[in-house]
Amino acid sequence: MKTFGIAIKIFLVFTILTGVIYPLLVTGIAQVVFPHQANGSLILKDDKIIGSELIGQQSDSTIYFTSRPSAIGNNPLPSGGSNYGLTSVKLKAQVAERKAKFIAFNQLDKNLEVPADMLFASASGLDPHISPEAAKLQINRVASVRHFTNIEKEKLKALVDKTIETPQLTCLGESRVNVLLLNIALDKLK
Amino acid sequence: MYDFLQIIIFLGLLISLTPVLGNFMYKVFSGEKHLLSTPLGWLERLTYKLVGVDASEETNWKSYAFGLLLFNLIGFLFVFLLQLTQAQLPLNPANLPNVSWHSAFNTAVSFMTNTNWQGYAGETTLSYLVQMLALTVQNFVSAATGIAVLLALTKGLSRKTTDKLGNFWVDLTRSTLYVLLPLSIVFAVFLVGQGVIQNFDTYQTTHTLQGTTQVIPMGPVASQEAIKQLGTNGGGFFNANSAHPFENPTPLSNLLEMLAILLIPAGLTFTYGKMVGSKKQGWTIFIVMMILLLGGLAISLYGEYSANPIFGHSALMEGKETRFGITNSVLWSTSTSAASNGSVNAMHDSLSPLAGMVAMINIMLGEIIFGGVGAGIYGMIVFIILTVFIAGLMVGRSPEYLGKKVEAFEVTMAIIANLATSFVILLFTAWASVTTLGLSSLNNAGPHGFSEILYAFSSAAGNNGSAFAGLNANTVFYNVLLGIGMLIGRFGVIIPMLAIAGSMAKKKITPPSTGTFQTDNWLFVMLLIGVIIIVGGLTYFPALSFGPIVEHLLMNNGITF
Repeated sequence: MKTFGIAIKIFLVFTILTGVIYPLLVTGIAQVVFPHQANGSLILKDDKIIGSELIGQQSDSTIYFTSRPSAIGNNPLPSGGSNYGLTSVKLKAQVAERKAKFIAFNQLDKNLEVPADMLFASASGLDPHISPEAAKLQINRVASVRHFTNIEKEKLKALVDKTIETPQLTCLGESRVNVLLLNIALDKLK
Repeated sequence: MYDFLQIIIFLGLLISLTPVLGNFMYKVFSGEKHLLSTPLGWLERLTYKLVGVDASEETNWKSYAFGLLLFNLIGFLFVFLLQLTQAQLPLNPANLPNVSWHSAFNTAVSFMTNTNWQGYAGETTLSYLVQMLALTVQNFVSAATGIAVLLALTKGLSRKTTDKLGNFWVDLTRSTLYVLLPLSIVFAVFLVGQGVIQNFDTYQTTHTLQGTTQVIPMGPVASQEAIKQLGTNGGGFFNANSAHPFENPTPLSNLLEMLAILLIPAGLTFTYGKMVGSKKQGWTIFIVMMILLLGGLAISLYGEYSANPIFGHSALMEGKETRFGITNSVLWSTSTSAASNGSVNAMHDSLSPLAGMVAMINIMLGEIIFGGVGAGIYGMIVFIILTVFIAGLMVGRSPEYLGKKVEAFEVTMAIIANLATSFVILLFTAWASVTTLGLSSLNNAGPHGFSEILYAFSSAAGNNGSAFAGLNANTVFYNVLLGIGMLIGRFGVIIPMLAIAGSMAKKKITPPSTGTFQTDNWLFVMLLIGVIIIVGGLTYFPALSFGPIVEHLLMNNGITF
């Protein structure tokens, strides 16, 4: 009986300490020190939220750079991947379709090796990035749909180069391009 | 690009932090003065006072086990009931309904047993209140429970002719207050700096560039994320776990989250060595774990970077994030399965068959490659007992470990602990593989479908929690069966281990002589690895050959299902 009382009481103490005080303390510090990040790194335009820097959104219009394939159609409720194994016939068909589509969409040579990130769906379904190669392959298409002059096209190339994030601390992770940030900058170009 | 460099940085940090954290934990658990005894000592004393614990009172193994089970039962009931009533409770901005009984049962068992298997999707199932008040708390106390069992076992091995194994409440409190909580606070704030969210806002509706809308979930994520990694829990706030940009936004957050998976389990090997009076014993265990980890990593990397005839591509990015790339995804999948963490930064279901198999083997071996906090070492001691027993039989000498005679009782208990997990993995998988209830949840056909089931029950029995997540496990059949599997996998090991601790504590310690079989040299390292691989291999090889092994061979011939 004594053990029972201790077990209940210590459970309450830990619940308050680790389930209430701890998350509130972290929230308090986070909201003071890193308010932008703590609230989702949201991007505002005319008082409207147009997205989060960290969350990939659907981007398949001809005037924008295309984001990675998403098994959830970029709908974050809930996040997730396709969970297809590598011997899945469905995955094989999807990859073939994406390859043909990417080549046709960007009017590329049909023997081109399409970067893997444009063929395979991401883990979260919300990957905000694509590889630098995948971004560069889309420059011609975006420029021609937007009727860019040669000078504007050079500016676009420079913009893509500027948007490339190199590995963090010079050696961590992969080089990548944030599609939403690139497209926002693209709208401001000219 | 800097693939090997990243692996070396990761291992370098892990190896150099092991003695630092290990030494700190030694001081904490043996009651010596340490870095945090002045700033946090009052909190420890206040806890004992509020609860009515006499910190100097010690108990035998049965009372220790009784306290542990009771405490876990209360935790289970609380998590279970909170999910069943969340719609009526506050901090539910998305107005999520009450959780079904079977999913609530599965999740409550899952978080209590340090498994953190998730049959549900966090952002569409659980309120902020349940995430923090139920799940975050269990992330702390289930990890502390694992450490407590290890501490009792360590006392059993290092004391003589006593039945006292310490005080469960003291071990629980010290682990939480001095180790888990301070590390989590620092790590959580760091993660927010990288972009992990920490708020109580409603889900945000965004108006995308293309004119569609996207609803982005919010929540107190960083506080959950930090302990989820440090406590080898692994239960994600979101469905995509650490692949979700709000849980793991940058390569740096990724590196430190991976490090957090192995940090405490690795540190505890040092703590263990110091507590049993020989640092070498601790390093021996560390080396065995490291060799097995690196072996698995090598096979996984080979599997992922080999050209694939089906896609004609050698960079298979299905279920992987651009910012991490392949090497970081595989380094994570190997670490998280070795350490019974179970968080993921890539979808294991879409890993190459070999990398998926390594994850499965890591789990099947009993979560002893660093393993769960506390659980990894007591799991390893099961194999150490078997090894000294087998070695003793071979040379015709009565087996000993740390000067304690290993007798029939200890070997029986070690075998029970070992059989508990294999029972769940093999029999439950077999059952699910021959019933519609089991097969109707599959996402993939062919051998990969079988792998989904095998992985699920391995993950439950090993208290890992990662998944071949295509399997729809949110059904009555899987929720209940996996729940039972997790209970057997957790307490079917903890109780025999505490029994071993009790029986060892009563024995005398024979001083080492020239005839003593040493357990801290390279010969023993090799013997131990041999026993682990043979026991694991013999038990699971047939099942693995139906799943990932045959899939690998078929894939190389371009066959799809």
